[in-house]
Amino acid sequence: MPELYQLTIKEKLEGLKNSSFSSLELTESYLERIKRIDPELNSYITVIEEEARVKAKESDQRYQAGSPLPLDGIPIAHKDIFCTEGVLTSCGSKMLANFISPYSSTVVKKYEESGSVVLGKTNMDEFAMGSSNETSYFGPVKNPWNNKCVPGGSSGGSAACVSAGLAAGATATDTGGSIRQPAALCGLTGIKPTYGRVSRYGMVAFASSLDQGGVLTKTAEDAAYLLKAMSGHDPKDSTSLNVEVPDYINEINQDIKGLRIGLPKEFFSMNLPQHVEKSISDALKVFEKLGTKIKEVELPHLDLSLPVYYVIAPAECSANLSRYDGVKFGYRCENPKDLDDLYMRTREEGFGPEVKRRVLIGTYALSAGYYDAYYLKALKCRRLIAGDFDNAFKSVDLILSPTAPDISFALGEKSSNPVEMYKQDIFTIPANLAGLPAISIPCGKHKGLPLGLQLMSKSLEESKLLRTAHHFQLNSDWHKSWPSL
Amino acid sequence: MNAMSEWETVIGLEVHVQLATKSKLFSGASTLFGSAPNTQACNIDMGMPGVLPVLNEEVLKMAVKFGLAINASINSPTQFSRKNYFYPDLPKGYQISQLDNPIVEAGFLEIIVKEGKKKIGITRAHLEEDAGKSLHEDFKHLTGIDLNRAGTPLLEVVSEPDLNSAEEAVAYLKRIHSIIRYLEISDGNMAEGSMRCDVNVSVRKKGNKELGTRTETKNVNSFKFVERAIQYEIKRQVSVLEAGENVVQETRLYDSQSNETRPMRSKEFANDYRYFPEPDLLPVLIDDEFINSLKDQMPELSESKTKRFVKDYQLTEYDANVLTVDLNFANFFEEVAAKSKNPKLAANWVMGELSAFLNQENLTIQETKVDSKKLGNLLNRIEDSTISGKIAKEVFEEMWNTGSSPEKIIETKGLKQVTDSVEIREIINQALDQNPTQLEQYKDGKDKLFGFFVGQVMKISKGKANPEQVNKILKEKLEE
Repeated sequence: MPELYQLTIKEKLEGLKNSSFSSLELTESYLERIKRIDPELNSYITVIEEEARVKAKESDQRYQAGSPLPLDGIPIAHKDIFCTEGVLTSCGSKMLANFISPYSSTVVKKYEESGSVVLGKTNMDEFAMGSSNETSYFGPVKNPWNNKCVPGGSSGGSAACVSAGLAAGATATDTGGSIRQPAALCGLTGIKPTYGRVSRYGMVAFASSLDQGGVLTKTAEDAAYLLKAMSGHDPKDSTSLNVEVPDYINEINQDIKGLRIGLPKEFFSMNLPQHVEKSISDALKVFEKLGTKIKEVELPHLDLSLPVYYVIAPAECSANLSRYDGVKFGYRCENPKDLDDLYMRTREEGFGPEVKRRVLIGTYALSAGYYDAYYLKALKCRRLIAGDFDNAFKSVDLILSPTAPDISFALGEKSSNPVEMYKQDIFTIPANLAGLPAISIPCGKHKGLPLGLQLMSKSLEESKLLRTAHHFQLNSDWHKSWPSL
Repeated sequence: MNAMSEWETVIGLEVHVQLATKSKLFSGASTLFGSAPNTQACNIDMGMPGVLPVLNEEVLKMAVKFGLAINASINSPTQFSRKNYFYPDLPKGYQISQLDNPIVEAGFLEIIVKEGKKKIGITRAHLEEDAGKSLHEDFKHLTGIDLNRAGTPLLEVVSEPDLNSAEEAVAYLKRIHSIIRYLEISDGNMAEGSMRCDVNVSVRKKGNKELGTRTETKNVNSFKFVERAIQYEIKRQVSVLEAGENVVQETRLYDSQSNETRPMRSKEFANDYRYFPEPDLLPVLIDDEFINSLKDQMPELSESKTKRFVKDYQLTEYDANVLTVDLNFANFFEEVAAKSKNPKLAANWVMGELSAFLNQENLTIQETKVDSKKLGNLLNRIEDSTISGKIAKEVFEEMWNTGSSPEKIIETKGLKQVTDSVEIREIINQALDQNPTQLEQYKDGKDKLFGFFVGQVMKISKGKANPEQVNKILKEKLEE
């Protein structure tokens, strides 16, 4: 008999429906685990204990009344980037370490409407800038598979907490890989949907044209449940897509026979570690067995992705973070002498080094005389990269690659070398630049640490990604194991 | 002043028009003026973490209407950009504005100058959000921030440097004012800041092709101040140049108290705004169907109204121009004209007596104490000879002061004109009897005295005798 936290979301919903356990019992079991395990992991910034119990009881009443909501009683966690009314929304920064949001993001509201129980807000790299969760003002998060290693980032808290069984699933955001890379490093399923699929309203902005909300879960099927609840058009977000959201849960069982999977030769010509290559080739055997066709594709401008990303994302962030000036909310320096002092010391003291680095890069890239050479050129290259994907998807349905260059690394190993850290996202950034959906699923282990593979598809084909991932998981065991804690 | 005539002035104006929408440019908060600080700023206006802008479609309609009124092209797609700078009343640290592909581009309008009509080019008109207000006076050692105005839609109208004098600049501003009022896209209230003006002025030696170095005087908020600020800048720049020095390109402020412009602190404008396309808003497509539907809604603007007034009411072009400067004024005139059936008389009264009373009490036409119906009735009493034009002025004053109807005033004050020829004959006899000496002189050939007798008759009748009849009967009488 598995423990409650080990049940899939589908099994949990059945258990609640059959009264095998109550929503309150389920929530209590998670709260107990958080209390026991999280002091070491540091995956939560805020645990909303009392409110979670209240919501769980409400959920139990709905089950008793025979009218449960789609995710009724499922305990989840929100990345601390999603504004939650009345709750600290810190974005992992000292700048917002005192910010109790006056409103809730669309994503938070949608989960409320789906009946889920929010256990708390998860740790993250400061303003989602980082790939190891080491830039958080609230301290680093540890990888549940090895507490000397990082969980990845920026959604490191969400990944660690789901991986350790401290929530049934967690929301996350992905600007350059912040859902998928931690999914890979923590042995989870992580999906970044199409840009515009999930509302950005109330999601603290890092790089507006790249940011996209998504989820981290144990399985693709769990992801289908959570993604369905958070997706859909939002009139409050002008970049939100006004298209219907498919029934991910039902469509997940459809056959994947005949799907064409492309392997970009540019990715596989890099010097990949042997264990990474092996995990991919093992996975390909499973996919071939499932009746898919594997072929090579070309994405000739792929090498531009990293430099293009590190112009566009910092440029947008330099403007998005201007509102943190000590005037209206958040951190304000002590005894400012005058306005300039208020601005300079508030931002000097309130932001960490990685945020400052990106604000500086972005400000520089947008400056008079450099705009054409950097920002405008980056926008043009971005279109070339998107065009590569358009071409590739003429001959394949999905594109497969490793998610991250390797397994997780030790805390502190890369934190003094930004460029090494940036390379963590080399496989994930292209999907953000092209606005495409992508999923990461576990596909192996090395030295006891998980490895992940990434699947990308055309816009709005999340269903195809979930389905393919689900069929892989029906024929593999990598997603089933739990770290011993 | 002789020296001045060697110089030529070049002026370009940037006019910020606050658009009269119910809600803000990118949020649902109200735009009402004068509420308690920060009561009309929602999370979006305050730049809370995570908020996003959503474009108010009403604003697009207003901007397109303005574009149509100035014969401009409408850009589709039109695009928003972020203009980055730090200021406490700018909540996001950037202003959402337009740089490339502004909604309105390459238009013109005509102003009337001494030599006739002059075409003034309009480079562009773009949409942007207003900032909040910093309140420096109300707090000791602190600055208060009121974000009620933050996010209010502005249309920034940028002219070509086609204006050559303060008078032309004011004429241009008044045309812009007239257009926005006619389109009902702004109340154009300069005192409340609904229309603000940045003035770019440079001077050069006559005949020079190259433009001189310009200064920009910011936020001038009345026609009079615009005129004075320009006049001051022209004088200042000419004296700088004549002293052999160079005009410094800078941003200046106009101080209406001392009637001079002075430079702003360099920090206040030394900005690289680092514009880039606003990623939170997609480029906006404006299709022909949208534009055509607005074309159908376009009101008659002052230029065509002037032409119509000349044609339909047989007014002079001058009178028609005066009447059409303000839409409400023009509408009031048309109501009076319709009521009185004598447009010429209506025009004279609206421009004359009514305007004089309005000006005296500093009222707008909407605040008039004599409405168009009552004024029309009064004019009809002149038309049907119940009263003379002179008596009518007396009645009008009474109407203005008491709000009473002309009929009632004529009745109670007994001002009805005497038209009974027997009665008039009697009054004439009385006047002739009382002035035998003058009668003698008249008969000896002093024709000029005819007027004297008319005056006497009017005096005896207290102005009520019908002047035409008095003339006719008096002539008969004197020729007997």
